Amino acid sequence: MSTIYNEADPYAGSRETTEGRVYTVTGGDWDLTFADPHGEERLVVNMGPQHPSTHGVLRLILDLEGETVTKARVTIGYLHTGIEKNTEYRNWTQGTTFVTRMDYLAPLYNEAAYCMAVEKLLGIEIPQRAATIRVLVMEINRIASHLVGLATGGMELGALTAMTNGFREREMCLDLLEEITGLRMNHAYIRPGGLAQDLPEGAVEHIREFLAVMPKRVADYHRMLTGQPIWQRRLKDVGYLDVTGCLALGVTGPVLRSAGLPWDLRKTEPYLGYETYDFEVPTADTADAWGRYLVRMAEINESLKLIAQALDRLEPGPVMVEDRKIAWPAQLSLGADGMGNSLDHVRHIMGQSMEALIHHFKLVTEGFRVPAGQVYVPIESPRGELGYHVVSDGSTRPWRVHVRDPSFVNLQATAAMSEGGMIADVIAAIASIDPVMGGVDR
Amino acid sequence: MSNDGGEVVPGREEAGYDASTARSGGFRKGAFGVSGSGDTSGFGGLVRVEPGGAVALHSTDRPYGGYFDEVTDALIEAVGEATFAAAVYRVLVDRGEITYFVAREHLLTLVQALRDDDALRFELCSSVSGVDYLDSGGPVATPDRPRLHVVYHLTSMTYRRRIRLEVAVTAEDAHVPSVTGIYPTADWHERETWDMFGIVFDGHPALTRILMPDDWDGHPQRKDYPLGGVPVEYHGATIPPPDTRRAYR
Repeated sequence: MSTIYNEADPYAGSRETTEGRVYTVTGGDWDLTFADPHGEERLVVNMGPQHPSTHGVLRLILDLEGETVTKARVTIGYLHTGIEKNTEYRNWTQGTTFVTRMDYLAPLYNEAAYCMAVEKLLGIEIPQRAATIRVLVMEINRIASHLVGLATGGMELGALTAMTNGFREREMCLDLLEEITGLRMNHAYIRPGGLAQDLPEGAVEHIREFLAVMPKRVADYHRMLTGQPIWQRRLKDVGYLDVTGCLALGVTGPVLRSAGLPWDLRKTEPYLGYETYDFEVPTADTADAWGRYLVRMAEINESLKLIAQALDRLEPGPVMVEDRKIAWPAQLSLGADGMGNSLDHVRHIMGQSMEALIHHFKLVTEGFRVPAGQVYVPIESPRGELGYHVVSDGSTRPWRVHVRDPSFVNLQATAAMSEGGMIADVIAAIASIDPVMGGVDR
Repeated sequence: MSNDGGEVVPGREEAGYDASTARSGGFRKGAFGVSGSGDTSGFGGLVRVEPGGAVALHSTDRPYGGYFDEVTDALIEAVGEATFAAAVYRVLVDRGEITYFVAREHLLTLVQALRDDDALRFELCSSVSGVDYLDSGGPVATPDRPRLHVVYHLTSMTYRRRIRLEVAVTAEDAHVPSVTGIYPTADWHERETWDMFGIVFDGHPALTRILMPDDWDGHPQRKDYPLGGVPVEYHGATIPPPDTRRAYR
């Protein structure tokens, strides 16, 4: 940055040395920095980035008058890992393992949106079974994500039982995802062209057991929280943002639906066959944290409906495109030692077919080429519109992957939601946005 | 990266390359991205003509199909034919998505009409981001073919439509008017695009870095941003930066 900026910055003066620029934090200049012409009591409180109530590595700078917040500023970037840039130096299939680490509470949505973008660039259509399983795992993921939103939000408000119960049920979701994908989080299960592997034996039964248990647990949440006066008073009329505010600030997802607009991309711009499923888009008309809580709880029920329908329509078939120039050559299978490559496949490439070995090698080391062009693929993640803008220059690697992360956009509403309210309500407001900093900072 | 610029590459004519009709005129040499060393891979003589580079240079002819014609007609009606002709210098329909390439002087007029006109109603600005097309398979970026693109994705919730606007600027004059006055949500998007690509959004209320530290030098997602290698504690070996490693292109 230019030195002009630093000269104007009262916090850090700097001077040039042979070792580079040295910054001096002088301090003691609060009178100069915060000269208050009105003679009012103003207190600037820095909250975070390491703070148990800021929903992640988020820094808030709050101007307070008494307990009232007059100004809320948000600083992000503490979790920036350059994932977008990293994908430009990996092949198209490897991209999945990177993007899944962005919004780590909704990893399967990142994978699905990325893969759908790659598939749109390739102009290919995935098999029906792969599409159904994608819907299945994404809806399990949505439940897990909403439960974490509830659990951490509850914890930040002091409702520790909401936290322990939320994580308990989320664990059931993660167990299912672990059984299906092999990993609890960051699955890299959805791949360009389909899925890494089919559902393992017994997964369908376990999902059905989950479906049998879960409605009772959701009812328990309502018994524990919904009627509870403390919970209500902490959430009602807190973090108010109406539809106009949402659209101006680009806010989507449960926050927008809590303001009364039934905008859900699964209904409005269906993908993966969502138009053939029977489900509702829950809304509320309160436009506050309470409405968002109710919308998320209702969405858990809708996701359970979707999972049941997806299970019913599972037909045997391939889970990867037929084109061997795109489909990953290694067929995974569960060996006696746990996970591993299919012994049949290894035997085939090592002992029978030189061409298969070459093909395997080429596809794994070089990858496939994607025709040049750009696409934007939006899907409805648990937090709103997750959009992937992917550009290809026709090579084996993405030219550019930009992620429109819903947390990043929705977090801009912090000031609008919390200015004029109490400092304790800032926590409830941010928890009701449910941002995931891994997605915000990428 | 893959293009050798003005060098005459044998095999262009043989492969049917025609600069007037090829979408971008991209071509590739070799299987690995190395140059300046001996041809150890044996693929050095390989020349491939790409059907299209990242920057498609043609314009789609009317009718565009779908709702694209309706949107374009409504836009022409809203801003006037003369303004539209001056503002939009190319329209591209590809893979079911429409892209308007916009001259930056007219960006705000266009965006205002897109948001407010009853027949358009693009209420939501989904995303603003940058793309650096430096040496992207296609022709080398030149002043008349600027490398830095700002890409706007607009959504009409009323009509359930999506369009894309693209503004191209050079790295030397990387200025684009800010749309925050029309779409407040563009605030953080534009800050990120400034942070990552060094594109200045004139009129933005506080264009500061957002993901990188305030005192960071350079703009990391530019294609010519130097990438660091990793020193290894073994006989002074290093792992080279990813863009200089041997890799398939």
